[in-house]
Amino acid sequence: MGIYTDLFITFCKIGSFTLGGGYAMVPVMEKEIVDKKQWLTQEEFVDILVVAQSTPGLFAIDMASHIGFKYKGVLGGITGALGVAIPSIVIILLIALIFQSFKDNIYVEKFFMGIRPCVVALILSPCFRMAKTAKINIYNCWIPIVCATLISLFGVSPIWCIIVAGVAGFLYGHYLIQKQ
Amino acid sequence: MIFLQLFITFSKIGIFNFGGGYAMISLIQDEVVNKHHWLTTSEFTDIIAISQSTPGPIGINVATYTGYTAVINAGYSEWAAILSAIMTSLSILWLPFILMISISKVLIKHKDSIVVHSIFGLLRPTVLGLILAAAIMLMSVENFGSPTESTFVFIVSCVIFFLSFVGTRIYKIHPIIMILLCGLAGLIIY
Repeated sequence: MGIYTDLFITFCKIGSFTLGGGYAMVPVMEKEIVDKKQWLTQEEFVDILVVAQSTPGLFAIDMASHIGFKYKGVLGGITGALGVAIPSIVIILLIALIFQSFKDNIYVEKFFMGIRPCVVALILSPCFRMAKTAKINIYNCWIPIVCATLISLFGVSPIWCIIVAGVAGFLYGHYLIQKQ
Repeated sequence: MIFLQLFITFSKIGIFNFGGGYAMISLIQDEVVNKHHWLTTSEFTDIIAISQSTPGPIGINVATYTGYTAVINAGYSEWAAILSAIMTSLSILWLPFILMISISKVLIKHKDSIVVHSIFGLLRPTVLGLILAAAIMLMSVENFGSPTESTFVFIVSCVIFFLSFVGTRIYKIHPIIMILLCGLAGLIIY
C-alpha cells in the first residue's frame, strides 16, 4: 500500500469513528500515529497538538493536516486533512439528501421541536468546563460577558471580537516584555 | 452569486475560527443566518443537532449541510447543492492549512513566549463569549416558541432545555442520547 493511501485510510478511519469531533480524536490519533504506525514521536505529536490548538481552523483538521505535513510534506498534509474531512462530508450529504424529502413530515417536525431547546443546552453545557481552561477569574470575567453582549444584542460580528482580542493580547505581551 | 459568496464566507469563518466547533457556531450563525439569511434559525439549529449526532468534526458537518441547504433554498438543483456542499466544507480548510504550514516552526519555537501566552490569555475568554453568544441567539421564538402565542410549546421547551442542561452537565448523559431523548419527548408531547 502506498504511503499516501495508508495516510488517507488511517485518517478516514479516525474521522469516521470519532463522534463529537475535536478533542475526542486526540487519544485515537495518538494511538494510531505514534504507537501503531510510528510516523511521529511522542514529542513531535505534542508539538503538533500545541500548534493545532493555537492556529485557527478546525482542531481535528489542523491535527490531521499537520501530522500528514510533518510526515510527508504538503501533499501529505492535504491527504491527512481530506482523510478526516471526506467521511464527514459524505455522511452529512447522505443525511441532507434523505432529510430533504422528510423535512415537512409532521412527525419529523415534532421530533425536532423537542430537539431544538436541547441543542441550546448542549452548547451552553461545556461553557463551564471551558471557563476553567480559559482561567476565568474576577479580573477577566468581563471579557466573555462583554463579547456575548456585543454579539447577541448589538449584532457585532464575532470576527471583530477575535481581531480585537488578538491585537490587544499581542500589544499587552510586548508591553510586558518591555517592562522586564 | 451564491457559490462565490459561500466560498468567501466560509474561508473567512475558517481563518477566524479559534477554539473549535462550538466557537465556530457563532461565526457561522452571524454570517449565514443573520447577514446572508441563507438559513432560518430553526434550520440552523436542526443542522447543529444532526452534526452533533454524526461522526466527524462538527465544523465540517455544519459547513457541508449549510452549503447544501443554502443552495437548495436559493432554488438550485440537487446536484448544484451537492457540489456546493463539498466546496463549502473545503473552503473552511484551505486558509488555516496554508497558515499552519507556514508558521508552525515559528510557533513551536515561541510556544512559551510571553506574547503568545498573552494573546491566548485574551483569546480564550473571548471564544467563551462567542459560544455564550451562540447559545443566547439560539434561544429564540423559533426554537422555544413564543411565551404569549404558543405558551404550551414555550413551557415544554423551557423544561426540555433545563433537563438537557442538568442531564449533560450533572448526570453526564452523552449528548447524542440526550438529543434522541428530547426528540422522543417532542414526538410524544406535541
